[in-house]
Amino acid sequence: MRSDAGWGLKLGAAAGLLFLHLPLLLIFLYAFTTEEKSFQFPPPGLTIKWFVTAWFERPDIWGPLYLSIKVAAIATVLALIFGTLAAAALSRAKFYGKDSLSLLFILPIALPGIITGIALRSAFDIMNLPFSTWTIVLGHATFCIVVVYNNVLARFRRINSYMVEASMDLGADGFQTFRYVVLPQIASALLAGGMLAFALSFDEVIVTTFTAGQQSTLPIWMLQELIRPRQRPVTNVVAIIVIAVTFIPILCAYYLTREGEHTGGGGK
Amino acid sequence: MTHAVSFQNVTRHFGQTRAVDDVTIDIAQGEFFAMLGPSGSGKTTCLRLIAGFEQPTSGTISIFGEEATGLPPYKRNVNTVFQDYALFPHMTVGENVAYGLMIKGVARGEREASAKQALDMVKLSGFDQRRPAQLSGGQRQRVALARALVNEPKVLLLDEPLGALDLKLREQMQEELKHLQRQLGITFVFVTHDQGEALSMADRVAIFNEGKIVQAGPPSEIYERPRSRFVADFVGSSNVMSPEFSKAHGGPEAWVSLRPEKINILTGDQKVVSNQFNAEGRITAIHYQGAMTRVVIEANGTRLSATLPAASKTLAEGQTVRFIWAKDAIVEMEKA
Ligand SMILES: Nc1ncnc2c1ncn2[C@@H]1O[C@H](COP(=O)(O)OP(=O)(O)OP(=O)(O)O)[C@@H](O)[C@H]1O
Ligand SMILES: [Mg+2]
Repeated sequence: MRSDAGWGLKLGAAAGLLFLHLPLLLIFLYAFTTEEKSFQFPPPGLTIKWFVTAWFERPDIWGPLYLSIKVAAIATVLALIFGTLAAAALSRAKFYGKDSLSLLFILPIALPGIITGIALRSAFDIMNLPFSTWTIVLGHATFCIVVVYNNVLARFRRINSYMVEASMDLGADGFQTFRYVVLPQIASALLAGGMLAFALSFDEVIVTTFTAGQQSTLPIWMLQELIRPRQRPVTNVVAIIVIAVTFIPILCAYYLTREGEHTGGGGK
Repeated sequence: MTHAVSFQNVTRHFGQTRAVDDVTIDIAQGEFFAMLGPSGSGKTTCLRLIAGFEQPTSGTISIFGEEATGLPPYKRNVNTVFQDYALFPHMTVGENVAYGLMIKGVARGEREASAKQALDMVKLSGFDQRRPAQLSGGQRQRVALARALVNEPKVLLLDEPLGALDLKLREQMQEELKHLQRQLGITFVFVTHDQGEALSMADRVAIFNEGKIVQAGPPSEIYERPRSRFVADFVGSSNVMSPEFSKAHGGPEAWVSLRPEKINILTGDQKVVSNQFNAEGRITAIHYQGAMTRVVIEANGTRLSATLPAASKTLAEGQTVRFIWAKDAIVEMEKA
């Protein structure tokens, strides 16, 4: 295959990639440094003791990790349910203002997190809602729902209404039709949407800051760690965990939807 | 004998649109019943009323003597072959056909055997492992048919099932459908807007116009004795003569219809005989149509068309001719 890109473009792309990924490499590197107070380059020595330390001597990691997983899991489940319902309703209905309503669903992801955060915080204040896991979950659900909604809506557009009618015609009630005809066709979109939602929730900082009160999720714990340096490389170890937990689902989601596109195209 | 499907003053409105307007009709068991009419005349809505996808605004529908009003589609022993087939893309052909049986809880082995049998019936043996996307249009059509027939419905509804097929395949499928219907003895309700298809396949044809059935009867009756100008015109493009024109040329003083193939054009030495009417007119157009030639004649402001065996006469546009038709070819109509 002949590449059309000139040298300048190639150089630009390489620089861009380097700029994006060098900091990531540094995070990996400094998870192994022997120097714990400051990050000097090159690291004076390499060790894996920080992984051991993080696991055995830092119980303060476990609380935030557990909270982050819990919030991400609940927000994802909520997003799967409500995102799918919203997509189903909007793909079926025909009414005036449908497009504007659709836009309203997508808005939370376009809105800066800080606005969503402030808005939710004042709403919780007005309702006298004390901060809890659930306030964080609600905050995360706002953008998680959008991710699922978008993924599933695209798929719903491909299931024509005749297919649902054909199923009912062949004796299936609404639940059976969903189970055997609709669900198999939106399953990969749900999985992809769910994984993206989980990843987004797991590393969210801004909205969380406004809706968490005194609790810390893992990203917030990391932020606090950076401010008072003590065993700095432990933060890097945690960062590697966060990268793994968010990056793997996003990669899976990418391949799932890509595959979905192929089979969907073949069905036409 | 109870009727397979019975409509009593059934009306279905969509806002201001009267999609189906006061329809009363009985469809007999084992009958091949065709619904024919122009676009938007309410044929599909009628089918959907039988299938249960629509509920009547007023009136009652019964299926095999049981009132069906309010019954959801999955509780009716009626199956539909949809116009775009609506096969399930994520299932194999075999799974598609076995779907209805799976829902009913028939064991896997048994339903797979039934599905195979149904596929044999529509001449698709050995296709059960394919996906719908790997089939041609005609094959998909057969799968849709097998998927409906495997449930042994009492009534099979077909909404323009052959509309997407090319002419040759359509003719072949017409024959096969007709044959299947005979063999299985199932009541077929068949929607089409191709009059040739309706006339050749059905035991009885209902002509729809603006939500109403304007005439229902055996194909020969519909074709030969249209009761209104609409039917005369829609089914086989009959000529319609006004009462004045008819009377002026020896016929009754009423709206009458005359089939194009019943008109003949006189050449030089031919004479009008006693059981014939005749008129003089000018040829305004000649359309060559293969086996036949269609000649449009204008006589005293009335446009008539005649179909003649091709190349049987030397005619030219603008020529004035005398044309004849048998007295008993005239069909008096009830309505204008
Ligand atoms: N769901 C609906 N909502 C509103 N109007 C409808 C609906 N379904 C049908 N109609 C209207 O009812 C009338 C009859 O429609 P129908 O589909 O029964 O016609 P048809 O005879 O099947 O036409 P075609 O030959 O084009 O398929 C049309 O004017 C149509 O616009
Ligand atoms: Mg129709």
